[in-house]
Amino acid sequence: MKGQKGTVKKIFDYIGKYKAAAVLSLSFSFLSAILILLLPVIFGDMIDCIVAPGEVDFTTLSPLIIQAAIIILITAVFQWLQYTINNQITANIVRDIRTDAIRRIEILPLSFLDNHPHGDLISRVVADTDTLADGLLLGFSQLFSGLTTIVGTIAFMLSIDVKITLVVVLVTPLSLFAARFIAKKSYAMFRKQAQAKGQQTAYINERLTSQKTVKAFSQERNSIRGFDERNQALASYSLKATFYSSLTNPVTRFVNSVVYAGVALVGALVVVGSGGLTVGGFTCFLSYATQYTKPFNDISSVITELQNALACAQRIFELIEQEPQTAEREKAKLSDIRGDVDFRHVSFSYDKEKPLLQNIDFSVKAGQRVAIVGPTGCGKTTLINLLMRFYDADNGDIFIDGISIYDIPRRNLREQFGMVLQDTWVKNASIRENIVMGKPDATDEQIKAAARASGAHSFIKRLPKGYDTVLGKDFDGLSEGQKQLLCITRVMLCPPPMLILDEATSSIDTRTELLITEDFSKLMKGRTSFIVAHRLSTIREADLILVMKDGNIIETGTHASLLAQNGFYKELYESQFKKSE
Amino acid sequence: MKKLFSYMRGYRTECVLAPLFKLIEALLELFVPVLVADIIDFGIGAGDRGYIVRYSLYIAALGLLGLLFSVTAQYFSAKAAIGFASRLRLAAFSRIQGFSYSQIDSFGIPSMITRLTGDIDRVQSGVNMTLRLFLRSPFVVFGSVIAAFLIDTKSALIFTGTVPLLSVIVFGIMLAGIKLFKKVQAKLDSITKSTGDNLRGVRVIRAFRGEDKEVENFSATAAALAKIQKFTGKITSLLTPSTYIIINFATILLIYVGALKVNQGDLSQGEVVALYNYMAKILVELIKLADLIITMTKAAASASRTAELIGEETEDEPDDENAPLPAFSAGAPLLQFRDVTFTYHDGAEPALSHIDFTAPKGSRIGIIGGTGSGKTTLINLIPRFYDAQSGEISYRGVPLSQIGKGALRKKIGIVPQKSVLLGGSIRDNLRWGDPNATDEELKNALQKAQALDFVMDKEGGLSYEIAENGGNLSGGQKQRLAIARALVKKPEILILDDSSSALDYATDYRLRQALSEIGKEMCIFIVSQRTVSVKDCDTILVLDDGVIVGKGTHEELMKSCDIYREIHYSQYPDEEGKA
Repeated sequence: MKGQKGTVKKIFDYIGKYKAAAVLSLSFSFLSAILILLLPVIFGDMIDCIVAPGEVDFTTLSPLIIQAAIIILITAVFQWLQYTINNQITANIVRDIRTDAIRRIEILPLSFLDNHPHGDLISRVVADTDTLADGLLLGFSQLFSGLTTIVGTIAFMLSIDVKITLVVVLVTPLSLFAARFIAKKSYAMFRKQAQAKGQQTAYINERLTSQKTVKAFSQERNSIRGFDERNQALASYSLKATFYSSLTNPVTRFVNSVVYAGVALVGALVVVGSGGLTVGGFTCFLSYATQYTKPFNDISSVITELQNALACAQRIFELIEQEPQTAEREKAKLSDIRGDVDFRHVSFSYDKEKPLLQNIDFSVKAGQRVAIVGPTGCGKTTLINLLMRFYDADNGDIFIDGISIYDIPRRNLREQFGMVLQDTWVKNASIRENIVMGKPDATDEQIKAAARASGAHSFIKRLPKGYDTVLGKDFDGLSEGQKQLLCITRVMLCPPPMLILDEATSSIDTRTELLITEDFSKLMKGRTSFIVAHRLSTIREADLILVMKDGNIIETGTHASLLAQNGFYKELYESQFKKSE
Repeated sequence: MKKLFSYMRGYRTECVLAPLFKLIEALLELFVPVLVADIIDFGIGAGDRGYIVRYSLYIAALGLLGLLFSVTAQYFSAKAAIGFASRLRLAAFSRIQGFSYSQIDSFGIPSMITRLTGDIDRVQSGVNMTLRLFLRSPFVVFGSVIAAFLIDTKSALIFTGTVPLLSVIVFGIMLAGIKLFKKVQAKLDSITKSTGDNLRGVRVIRAFRGEDKEVENFSATAAALAKIQKFTGKITSLLTPSTYIIINFATILLIYVGALKVNQGDLSQGEVVALYNYMAKILVELIKLADLIITMTKAAASASRTAELIGEETEDEPDDENAPLPAFSAGAPLLQFRDVTFTYHDGAEPALSHIDFTAPKGSRIGIIGGTGSGKTTLINLIPRFYDAQSGEISYRGVPLSQIGKGALRKKIGIVPQKSVLLGGSIRDNLRWGDPNATDEELKNALQKAQALDFVMDKEGGLSYEIAENGGNLSGGQKQRLAIARALVKKPEILILDDSSSALDYATDYRLRQALSEIGKEMCIFIVSQRTVSVKDCDTILVLDDGVIVGKGTHEELMKSCDIYREIHYSQYPDEEGKA
């Protein structure tokens, strides 16, 4: 329950921003609840005017009718205002929470994002937040008006008979206890339900994004089977959660009928013992007893809904409060750099039990072209991850122009690099938006020039709407190679002082590659470049080749010097030319 | 929408019993006033304390009985609603499995995810609430109207006027609400999309310092959602106040007419009170109903989105892998393309034109060409991911259209350009090719795919758990596992779609060597941009803009095909001029 209280407090923090609206909503809710209680009294007075044939008091009746009509209209307006404001507050809060979630995602360490099923995170941002919204809305609209009704009814009852009122007031908390007990149980189930839902969403996400491979291997049935398993797990938790929580209403209603029986018993006995209560007063009392217990029902059913909302809220807050990447240090700043890069005794591993990079140590002079080669899985991409500070080294330090990259803000570091990765990513936006990521204020001319240089212009101009083609909407069929050309265009548009090209042209055909070679060379000129590549031509022209194996740099040198060494590099190099028969 | 109800089948008992028991509970509640009247008339009237105690206990006992009925009802309705929703979800997911790739694109993955999750959730709670309340509320409303008729026909006409008016308003708001809620859900799709985008593109976003921009875009989407939610709220919030106004104005009218009638002696005061009480009952019930109707409106909007998914014709239904194959003509080549032309979208330029070639059993076919030349499109036609509009592709002399997709795909092993591995053990992933493969067979395939060493180095070997989308493997490792997976299938046709792009040369070389040793039982298609990968093929097809511009062996093409020569020299500049 402790976690729950914390969650409630966090929700209140979000509500705090809309304090004025919340107060307004509560006042409207208070006023309409009072007016709703008052209307039956007026109706009662009206009925009192109707006594018998010929004895109807029309002079008293007419103004009462007008009074009632006014009250009805005001109540309706207040109700509408209250609901509308509640909707506004909820929509705003949900918007705020989602924005906070995405803001947090942008600063979470990659180790978290790489190791978390994306579907589960999406489920938190979308589905869980939605459930929270539903709960909040219900809570807003029923909790307070319920309380007002209870207080109002107690006041009305007190005015009739104190003793019986005490009976009512003392017995009803029973229903609250029952509701609380059930709520506790169902909260646990709601959490399990939300978890199962997250797992299912992760599965759906993964399977649907891989649909084509699923088809190629006729794995559709297998997918369905896996889905079915998760679906059944979800259904069994859902059934428990829904059933437990739906117990609240019948149970409180039962407690209420006990209260009702109690009032009937005590009330009737008081009347018989002539304790100053008339039959009319007794009837009135019974009707208030039902009115009084009704909000308890509402409140307890709201509470169960809130359990569900809280379970979901906790999952979204878990994300929002996830430890962000290590704090930025602003001891120094990089500007107009030359581009000297030094790795000093750097060690790193993703999994602390399996060392990967060990004691990496090398220096690159400004403007040098560095090729990193080695068998797959030897740690080439990891080196890039460290250089860009996607991950931080466990030991050792990395310097740019003598400044430790851990002493400057990440953005300042990343500004210095233009990066193209093998794993292409284009977002569902227009081609133009995809290109200007690094330079949002680029002019059309600059964009086209960059696209020409990268060789992307010729395919872009053939797209349905050219540079304004929205990917994922107007067009969906970019090949890997075309995506890679787009990624290169991004860098061409605003070339920073240093470049990282991790298999940047792996999906581009060699003829196209040849066409852009010149522009690429122009781009790399004077810029320190790190190139992970398999193509010999790129490697051969490097000023420095780092040969990696099993997390170590085992050889360094130029193409010629490494061949002369007759070592691992030579082995790699020669395998290229061997015939495969 | 109607289709959805068929998923209710099997829960008929629950669907009948849940509302019925709720009804019984309501009836039991109706007995309470009768008992109270007895207490007043006989207990208090006769001063009989024993009677009072007894009847008070009866009231409590009715409550207990009501508890039993309603708990059972809650259980039944939860069971039916969840059973229904979970079947619906399975049905929708299965339906998606039968979608063709273009259908998947037209819905979009994020939208399918929200439909499968959030939307079906809403349908579930809608059904649950409906089963619990929907029978009860109209029962009370119509019961009250009937009771009013029994008291006084003329006054009851006020009731009969009120109920239709209410219905018009309620349904009007509901219809408007459904439309709006559909819009809300569609915006929610964009939130899903945007979140997914941010997660997948995190490296690029950070490298380009696009975090702020992304947050800004996301906030705009979230704000647009909030805006339409608020508007929807304004409309649906009209429901309760308007019901309140109508019922209470009807009440005023009722009392006024009652007053006139009492004055004339047509009605007694007690009867006016009774009529008033019935009107009050209707109000209480309608307010509950209004909440229910909002839930139902949301559920209906979501249900129609789900129905769109389920109602979509599946263009690529998974059919039986073991379906009997048609009689093949002996001596026919394994695979033959005859004048095949294919266009992705109507009216667009053809992606492939007049493709013509033959792939005999055991042959090696190389396909080479620039980015966007149609290589991948061509091989996508072989397993019938797409069907060509004109021309004919035949397998052992039988047109592909006459062979079941499942049975056809069983013969084909594909290694896609972008290797896709899913969460689960390496063994599970490899067994996609053959669910009954032994560890020995798996290792054999891994060996050929040059993946055995690194797999055995992993903790647990074949049991090593791959993260979602292969997140804990390098690009080259994924690619080799994808190759092994295709080999496990022991296909007749193996398609390698640029499958060694992430491999270093040494590994690539060993892989090619291993493949050449596989022997002649397999027909292998090698799609590549490197001439070195295809130079040993029996036939190399050179594609340019969807047309075959060269066909032959490496040596032949080096002589006859300009484009092939250009490609080759772009990779081996040293050789230029020597030839």
